Amino acid sequence: MRLSEHPILAVERKGSIRFTFRGQELTGYEGETISAALYAAGVRVFGHHPKDGSPQGLFCANGQCAQCMVIADGEPVKSCMALVKEGMVVEPVEGLPELPSATSPPPLQEMEEVVVEVLIIGGGPAGLSAALELGRRGVRTLLVDDKHRLGGKLVLQTHRFFGSIDAVYAGTRGTDIATRLERSVAELEAVEVWPNSTVLGVYSDEVVGVLKGDSRYVQVRPKVLLVACGARERSLTFVGNTLPGVYGAGAFQTLVNRDLVKAADRLFIVGGGNVGLIAGYHALQAGIEVVGLCEAMAECTGYKVHRDKLARFGVPIYTSHTVLSAQGDGRVESVTIAAVDDRFQPVPGTERSFACDTLLIAVGLDPVDEFYHAAKRYGLPAYSAGDAQEIAEASAAIFSGKVAGLEIARELGVEEEDVPAEWVRMAEVLKSKPGARIAPPPPSDRWGVVPIFHCSEEIPCNPCTSVCPQELIHIDPADIRKVPEYLGGLLGEECLGCEQCVVVCPGLAITLVDYRQEPVQPTVTLAHEFSAGSVSVGQEMMALDEEGALLGPVEVVEVNPIPRGDRTVLLKLRAPAEVATRLAGVQVQDAWTSEPLPEVLEPLVDEQVVCRCERVTAGEVRDLIRRGYRDMNEIKAVTRAGMGACGGKTCGTLIARLFREEGVTEEDVVRFIPRPLFVEVPLGVFAGGTTPSDDPSSPSGKGGSPS
Amino acid sequence: MTTQHYDVVIIGAGSVGAPTALAMARDGLKVLVLDSLPSQGQGSNKTAIGGVRATHSDVAKIRLCLRSLEIMSGWRETYGHDIEWLGGGYVFVAYREIEEQKLKQLLKRQHSYGLDIDWYDATDLLKIVPDLNPDGLLGGTYSPGDGHCSPLLAGHAYCDQAKRYGAEFRFRERVTGIVVQGGRVRGVETDRGRYGADVVVNAAGAWARELGQLVGLDHPVEPDSHEAGITEQVAHFLDPMIVDIRPAPGSANYYFHQLATGQVTFCITPEPPIVGFDCRETSVFLPQVSRRMVDVMPRLARLRVRRTWRGLYPMSPDGSPLVGWAGEPEGYLMAIGMCGQGFMLGPGLGEFLSRMVLQRLTEEDREVLTELSPDREFAGVEVLK
Repeated sequence: MRLSEHPILAVERKGSIRFTFRGQELTGYEGETISAALYAAGVRVFGHHPKDGSPQGLFCANGQCAQCMVIADGEPVKSCMALVKEGMVVEPVEGLPELPSATSPPPLQEMEEVVVEVLIIGGGPAGLSAALELGRRGVRTLLVDDKHRLGGKLVLQTHRFFGSIDAVYAGTRGTDIATRLERSVAELEAVEVWPNSTVLGVYSDEVVGVLKGDSRYVQVRPKVLLVACGARERSLTFVGNTLPGVYGAGAFQTLVNRDLVKAADRLFIVGGGNVGLIAGYHALQAGIEVVGLCEAMAECTGYKVHRDKLARFGVPIYTSHTVLSAQGDGRVESVTIAAVDDRFQPVPGTERSFACDTLLIAVGLDPVDEFYHAAKRYGLPAYSAGDAQEIAEASAAIFSGKVAGLEIARELGVEEEDVPAEWVRMAEVLKSKPGARIAPPPPSDRWGVVPIFHCSEEIPCNPCTSVCPQELIHIDPADIRKVPEYLGGLLGEECLGCEQCVVVCPGLAITLVDYRQEPVQPTVTLAHEFSAGSVSVGQEMMALDEEGALLGPVEVVEVNPIPRGDRTVLLKLRAPAEVATRLAGVQVQDAWTSEPLPEVLEPLVDEQVVCRCERVTAGEVRDLIRRGYRDMNEIKAVTRAGMGACGGKTCGTLIARLFREEGVTEEDVVRFIPRPLFVEVPLGVFAGGTTPSDDPSSPSGKGGSPS
Repeated sequence: MTTQHYDVVIIGAGSVGAPTALAMARDGLKVLVLDSLPSQGQGSNKTAIGGVRATHSDVAKIRLCLRSLEIMSGWRETYGHDIEWLGGGYVFVAYREIEEQKLKQLLKRQHSYGLDIDWYDATDLLKIVPDLNPDGLLGGTYSPGDGHCSPLLAGHAYCDQAKRYGAEFRFRERVTGIVVQGGRVRGVETDRGRYGADVVVNAAGAWARELGQLVGLDHPVEPDSHEAGITEQVAHFLDPMIVDIRPAPGSANYYFHQLATGQVTFCITPEPPIVGFDCRETSVFLPQVSRRMVDVMPRLARLRVRRTWRGLYPMSPDGSPLVGWAGEPEGYLMAIGMCGQGFMLGPGLGEFLSRMVLQRLTEEDREVLTELSPDREFAGVEVLK
């Protein structure tokens, strides 16, 4: 199913396309990937693995693995990258695909070589910010990004950003920040941008190989390399972890927020960091039921405001819980979780199963830093920024890109100024993990308008301080991690009830309690990022407090879409005075949605897979570790783990984790040796040809660029 | 501290050391293998692409590789491990008369050794390899008895089997000295211990020269590097190893085959050679090799490359291995300078070395030994490297 509307994102589709899958006629849209079109049609199984016949489906949605391979008009393609075309005949890959035959060599061109001062890999928040610093100083910069539009993960972020309003566009939605940064970079003459372009390798002769425009191989010789290609998601081993329907939050956000496909009906999330929490929120915005979220730690590790948002919309959060298994016949049908003890071991008897069709794994990120390390090894001057340097929020990435841009300008001699000390400090502040929790005393005033801050955890964020026309909201400017303080009482000034702070707060954590009309039944104004049409005046809604506890029904008295606002809706609710200050949200998901199944379900096949490309189980690897294997390259040689299409990007960390679980110290373990290529590319492209998808004579050639 | 004593200490657990340990342990010798790297085959063994042929131009390599072919092709039946053996043969293609002449010339010699190899004209060759570019194809030789298997799995199978026969392996242990007394090898010193030995085998591949210096010998072995790559897996479409010996700017021959598991693996010989130990990947390789490959087999153009790497060829002055005892010190046995063919020579050579240690050489073995003698004159150059 496709989304027909979205509270934040514009839903615009170009011409419809007919194609077939297994002979069945389906509809796609111009610019849509095959995988998105299949997902929209409810197809989850794209083929079966040659080794054990296990069902294969979408996993990374990012061209990095080959789990989503299909045969499109006779050509094996990664369905998350290849676009659907009119009349296309799509078939699942059953076993190994047949290589299409050819009788004469493709037309070949001489290879293009490009010399630049700076090559930036990745046009996300860090790369774009660095490009701005460099471009403004006239440094000849080439920015390559593997997507058709710049912004990286920003374009998938429908929520407003945390951070500093001066330094990093805090209070603006991620997708809108992407547009602003992209436009600013486009205005700079010194910066050239190659979209749809993937770096394949950094070589010892200081050449960077790039697949330009998804079509041709080009070699770039930069003076300085900036690696800003973000992070990759960690995976997890559990029984059933490779069933179609188990995938990462990145893939989910791509399907929902880029492709505008309702990728799931019922979603369960593993991992309570910001990525998992935000994905849950995005799912709710797309009308997807979020059955629950489990987190192995005693508290969610993400921002409390993100956690609270989910909780008060009605999503149960199971802390100190882990996923035991995913069940289903060929695709996810249910998940079983259990409580864990203080050694993170499941506690027998605490198992619960939930019906769901999708299980999101959001258990942390690792920097995509192999190009940086390769460049360092080979003596090519290199910098990294954003998640590729250190995993943190996108706001921190914006700032670290800015710092890196300035540092590179200095290295090239076009900038003499040192990186300002306040920049360095801001970079550190924005990267900081959540700090102390400071519960503010409940406001005692029951007259006038009282702003309530459901924001009790120290995080780097200050947009609320900048919008108050009376300057009554205070956060120590020297440390924007402090929680906001309302100065009205202290200064003897009254809140005018302008609602600006309610609108700007990224955490949707500020409400206004207005006692002016009826002190006993005040109104509470809160920000609501769901379609205005989903709420109507006079409707009764269940009110919840900051943590998600039920406060009882309240009446909606006003629904105000904000003109010139960024698609936020303000709800005004009539609430009894005794709960008004605690009221932080309204339930958007019914409680029965998250009921567990009446019985605990056991998986059909007791198999935990570490290497999904080559179908190598945790049991096989553990056995080798117990037999004394310490070299991951030897494990790879014997089992093929890490030899598959993704190049060990997924299983590398999982195998390292198995070593830890087996009590082997890190110094004893030899890690995989990273080698080119970053993604698989046809041999003919290196020879000077084009990719089959760019060849107009090829049936799977691109019909146009997605938008 | 008592020193463990071994009949043989083999230095290097690679393409040569591993099968040698197997052969010697099976023959009842007490064997220790030392390797400074973390596990089996982490030097050049794992960088090999796995081709095995007996169709060489000189008798020593022919005999050793014929035995290797027997061992590898029968491995699964004999020992049980799947080493992904595929007996698809070798095809040397000719698109120019000069290569046709060269291959036909060589054929005479190969026939005189009784090798199963013949010339096929273009039409017949296309029946064996339908995907060859027919444009300009003159024909080629085809030797159905050759094949390939996985160097990774084979190396482990050798070690595994050697251990069953009692051989010991120690990894992450660097040899720092070879103990010599009275002109005889007595043992080996490492950064972690000391081992007594009657025989020390230098199977150190690209690092053979460095090891020889520990006994005051200067082995004429110098590595050069070749890059290789592997593609995604596709359904089986190619039986033999394809070799194109035409020179091109920057490269001599190149070759590729499809593995039992569906990937195509390929390698090229740089010309002039890139001498030295540098194994870092270069930007030159893929554009260079891919142009040549899609020209000979256009179907490969759409096959996705997955990974590339660079490995070392321990080169001798004339392209043939150096095998034999050192005059001094006694008990020091060289199995070095494999020139990139250590993997295919390994199993046959291992048994040969065992016969040397046990003084069971046959008449035929003596011919091999003469041909591979480290003391030979390095005059000729091998016809087919």
